[in-house]
Formats: sequence, C-alpha cells, structure tokens
Amino acid sequence: MSDTTQLTYKKGLRDGLPIALGYLSVSFTFGITAVGMGIPPIAAILISMTNLTSAGQVQGVSIIAAGGGYIEMALAQLIINMRYALMGISLSQKLSKKYTLPHRIISSFGITDEIFAVASGQKSEIAPRYMYGLITLPYIFWAAGTATGALLGAVLPESVQAALGIAIYGMFIAIVIPPAKKSRGILMVAVTACALSCIIKYVPVFSYISSGVSVIICTVIAAALGAALFPQDIGEAAENE
Amino acid sequence: MNEHTLYLVISVAVMAVVTYFIRMLPLAVFRKKIKSKFALNFLYYVPYAVLSAMTIPAVFTACGDSMAAIASSVVGLVVSVVLAYFERGLLTVAVSACAAAYITDLVLGLCGIF
Repeated sequence: MSDTTQLTYKKGLRDGLPIALGYLSVSFTFGITAVGMGIPPIAAILISMTNLTSAGQVQGVSIIAAGGGYIEMALAQLIINMRYALMGISLSQKLSKKYTLPHRIISSFGITDEIFAVASGQKSEIAPRYMYGLITLPYIFWAAGTATGALLGAVLPESVQAALGIAIYGMFIAIVIPPAKKSRGILMVAVTACALSCIIKYVPVFSYISSGVSVIICTVIAAALGAALFPQDIGEAAENE
Repeated sequence: MNEHTLYLVISVAVMAVVTYFIRMLPLAVFRKKIKSKFALNFLYYVPYAVLSAMTIPAVFTACGDSMAAIASSVVGLVVSVVLAYFERGLLTVAVSACAAAYITDLVLGLCGIF
C-alpha cells in the first residue's frame, strides 16, 4: 500500500462535496415525505441526524406512520441496513495503523453507500482524518436538506410536493439498474424481490403483512436465491459493492 | 410526554441504535474475513433486493393515490428506468423523474383527463 499522506481532512472534504450535493435533494424530499406521513418536523430532522441512511429512514417513517411495533422496526432496520456490515468488513481491511478503536467507533457512524464507495476507491490505506473529512459535508447536507424539506416543504404547491415524492425511488432505481445490466444474479434478485413484493401487496391472503415485514421477507428470499443460484467470486463481490 | 410522543421517541431510538450497531460492530470488532461463501453472497445481494422490494410496487403511488397521480408516478418510473439504463447519475435520474411526474400531472390536468 502507498503512503496515506495524500489523504488529508481537506481531501476528504473535497471528495465529499459531490456526495453532499446529491444528499441535499434526496434528504429534502425525505423531509417532505416524513412530514406528509404525519411525522413532526423535529422528529424527521432527528431521524436524519441519527441514522444517515435513505432506504432505512424511508422504511422507518412508514413503519412509524403505520404504528408498527418496535420489533418490526428493529428487524426492518437490521435487514435493510445489513449491507453496511458488509461494507464495514470490507473497509476494515484497508484502514491505516492510525485507525484505533475510538476512531473506528466514531467514524463507522458515517458509512453510507456513497461514502463507502469513495473511501474504498482510494489506492492507499485510509487514515481517520480523511474519513472524517469525507463524512463532514454529506452529514451536514443530509440534516440541512431534511430540515428544509420538513419545515419549508409545506410552502411548495401541492403538485410540486407530489412530484417530489418520486425522487427517492428514482435514486433507488439508479442504484440497481446499472449493475443489473451486467450481472444476471443482480437482475434475478431484483426481479424476484419486485415480484414477491407485488404478491404480498396485492394478493388478499397476505394483506395482514405490513410493509416493513414485507421488505424483510422479500429481501431474505431474493438474496438467498441469488446467493444459492448465482454465487459471485467473493473478493470481487466485496470490492464491487 | 404523551403516549404517541413516547412511541415516536422509542421508534426513532430503535432506528438509530440498530443502524449504528450494524455499522460500528464490523469495524470495531471484526478483524477476520467471513469464510462462508453463501453468507458473503447473501450480503452482496441484499442491497439490490432491499431497494427493489421498496421501489415496486410503492413507486406506483409515490405521487399520490388518485388516477392522475398514479399515471404521473408511472411516467416518472419509466423515465427513471430509461435514464438509469443509460447509466445517468443518481441526481439526474431523481430530478428527471420528478420533472416527468410534474409535467404529466400538469398535462393531464390541462386536458381534463381523470
């Protein structure tokens, strides 16, 4: 591994800026969505400041809006955010010697899909200062975007608010489709998950299943099928994540 | 603190604690590599399964429950899929989807459809 002197706090800030700008728009619509579901603005902001994740937060507020239980909430968060554990394991392999336990405990809070992608794309080992730099702007923008959406979203015309509701799904689609073009496994997993999710939603027998539990069931079945039928080369799989 | 506020506070705390521990434990405790090929593959596929299950069918009513809103959502979905297929960035896809949904709603309203 080459030396880590290039990876300063400032370099982290610079690398984090594009991520932060992307987060601003998504967190803005999250704020609007959460308040639209009856979540108080202060709770929406608190959720963004303590979670820093898109899919988990969207699922979380819909569980709260539906009055779901704590166990359902914990399980849904566990399954939806389980990918961060894989990213953490992958990242732990390339941390520098300066990355002591306290740094690991603090900076792990900032692992997101995009921050992980940028950090693991670095050629040298990662020092804590770079990681803190990388997390700073996305964290601030994620909280600020949520606050703006939650507090000022209501000022927007209803038609604009409604149209913004699709933003988060656009982002999800943009994450899934490009790799699905290249990997039959990912394509099969995505199609299976969509099909299962439609079955649970529209077949009356399953109507007692809440959306949080539905996501858990669909994910476990689809990912297990993918792992059984389309196993990837492991090292490569972890790096492509 | 009333019952609903308490429910809200505990729910948010559960979200935050679970999410944090998933991130923190592997980095703090985990020093070895996972050996099970199945477990690694399962973890590899999880994000795609989660995002797909969360998107379909929820996206159909992303803009609301009325017929016009569902039509707008479907147009937004189609635009997202096409742009994502041509590998446009997250921000471009998300903003274009919103614009497409907004324009569809506007046009349907002007034409007096639904």
